[in-house]
Amino acid sequence: MSAPADFQTMDDGRTLRFSGALTLARLGDLPRRLDELPRPPDRIDLERVERMDTVGAWLVHRLVRDRDVDVAGAGQEESELLEQVAAADKPLKIRPDRRSGLWCMADQVGRSIMATGHTLKGLVGFFGAVLVTFAGVVRHPRRFRWNAVVRQFEVVGVEALGIIGLMSFLIGIVIAQQGAIQLRQFGAEVFTVNLVGRLTFRELGVLMTAIMVAGRSGSAFAAQIGSMRLAEEVDAMRTIGVSPMEALVLPRMLAGVVMMPLLSFYAALIALVGGGIFAWTALGMPPVTFVTRLNEVVPVTDALQALIKAPVFGFIIALAGCFQGMQVEGSAEAVGLRTTAAVVQSIFLVIVLDAFFAVFFAQIGWI
Amino acid sequence: MGKTSDDNQSGKTVIRVSGLTNRFGEQAVHENLDLSVCGGEILGVVGGSGTGKSVLMRSIIGLQVPESGEVEVFGEPMIGRDENEAREVRRRWGVLFQGGALFTTLTVAENVEVPLREYYPELDNRLLDEIAGYKVAMTGLPAEAGPKFPSELSGGMRKRAGLARALALDPELLFLDEPTAGLDPIGAAAFDDLILSLKETLGLTVFLITHDLDTLYAICDRVAVLADRKVVAIGTIDELLALDHPWIQEYFNGPRGRTAQDAAERDAERSDAERAKRKQALASAGGDATG
Repeated sequence: MSAPADFQTMDDGRTLRFSGALTLARLGDLPRRLDELPRPPDRIDLERVERMDTVGAWLVHRLVRDRDVDVAGAGQEESELLEQVAAADKPLKIRPDRRSGLWCMADQVGRSIMATGHTLKGLVGFFGAVLVTFAGVVRHPRRFRWNAVVRQFEVVGVEALGIIGLMSFLIGIVIAQQGAIQLRQFGAEVFTVNLVGRLTFRELGVLMTAIMVAGRSGSAFAAQIGSMRLAEEVDAMRTIGVSPMEALVLPRMLAGVVMMPLLSFYAALIALVGGGIFAWTALGMPPVTFVTRLNEVVPVTDALQALIKAPVFGFIIALAGCFQGMQVEGSAEAVGLRTTAAVVQSIFLVIVLDAFFAVFFAQIGWI
Repeated sequence: MGKTSDDNQSGKTVIRVSGLTNRFGEQAVHENLDLSVCGGEILGVVGGSGTGKSVLMRSIIGLQVPESGEVEVFGEPMIGRDENEAREVRRRWGVLFQGGALFTTLTVAENVEVPLREYYPELDNRLLDEIAGYKVAMTGLPAEAGPKFPSELSGGMRKRAGLARALALDPELLFLDEPTAGLDPIGAAAFDDLILSLKETLGLTVFLITHDLDTLYAICDRVAVLADRKVVAIGTIDELLALDHPWIQEYFNGPRGRTAQDAAERDAERSDAERAKRKQALASAGGDATG
């Protein structure tokens, strides 16, 4: 290993003599000491420099440029390096300009409002495009892609049975258990059945399923379509004459709309099983009694409500997923961002719509 | 004269690979592969698609743990090394990946600063920014590219930015994975020139994977041919042409190979004169500086 980079001042500070290896690895605190020099030198001596790399050359070049210094004792390679570095000396910004705090905040607020507006507009436009595509396929049924649709039914529906079943089962138990604790204070444990039955059919079955489908399938839609866009697969489809809306989006939309009601009904049933088992083991209520009471206290409108809400939610989830996927541009980072956006948007929209539905059904007397 | 090269690895073996075997499942990519790269040379690595050029590079730089075999870089064994010791070796090399592999959340200039900040935290920000600045300019990127994010650049520009980052630490050894693929011919020629001039001034050793025959003729000192899971031949292009391996013959004597050869010959005639002129100019410049 060569000696570390060093320098001495000679002739009353007029000459700067570098020595050792003027390289990045051996630099140490040399740049700081150079900055602290009391007076600029007139002459730089490189005779004793053992090695130099571009960083060393840059330090010398900086002195030459700023203070108009002569360089002596540079070998051929060193002068070539100096020349190379000098040729590359162009002012360059490291990062984009940042503006002051208040302006920056206003700028960001404005931008995010614009972005939200654009997203809403895009979503509505996409909604229209999906409807147009659907109408087109209805008129020309031969363009309907059965294979893709069945495959999506499988991915969105059948493959989700396990996880949604487990989740619903546990939720059924939790509701029954928490309900029983509270109702016991009034000696009304028997009403646990009302709680489990009505809550799972009306709200939790469909809402929890929607959240699960958004996390499982909505994100997958965005990521799949997004990475296909990055790999230019979507463009390739268009040039071959295959409409991405028909081949990619429509099967996923259909899977969302058809599978959500089935899954949420299934989720409600499994939650009832969980609640029933808890009632049987912890409250001593036999299954027959549980089912009979369910029949008495849960109106059929509860199940209908869920079946009306579920396809709408499924549509929203698939719409947000496919829309965000189609928006992917540029880098792989965009796929991640769009996937997150798809999940957040779909869950948000589902909950907003659920609130509307709750008020609506109360108004028409489905209490 | 010669100060730079004495201290460098010139003449010594910088990379030594022996008995390297890589297997993915049933399929063997390398079997008992041997290769050595001398200091100060540009070694071109060629081979058909799927002959494991990139896997060889990844094995050398430690991204792929081979099934068996030994890899030495700068005389230090690389396999099974603990992270701290490997770090010291890593500081002395730079790697340019095929797609540039820039960090997407950082600007181009910030990308170049990453290795500098990692290894030399004592450098002040002004010097860091200046170093990033001239590195970016050296690779032929326009000044506007500095504050841009990788997603805003074209493929060729991303490659240049990747090279700037690979050169950030002034490495002694440079790994380039298809640096000129996807560049326009003018850009590719400029890239070749840049690598050649860096090699000459910094005494760089370059491990270069390429399909570009022009690059092979223009800058490579030796060429290693990968086929049948090993290095079937290594030498200058003239030496390779004398062999009668079918793939090598087809590669260099195919229509593209011959075009590149002709171009290289024409170039050589022209550049001899040019180089002499440049040397003269440099000598006089050096003389001015001394005086």
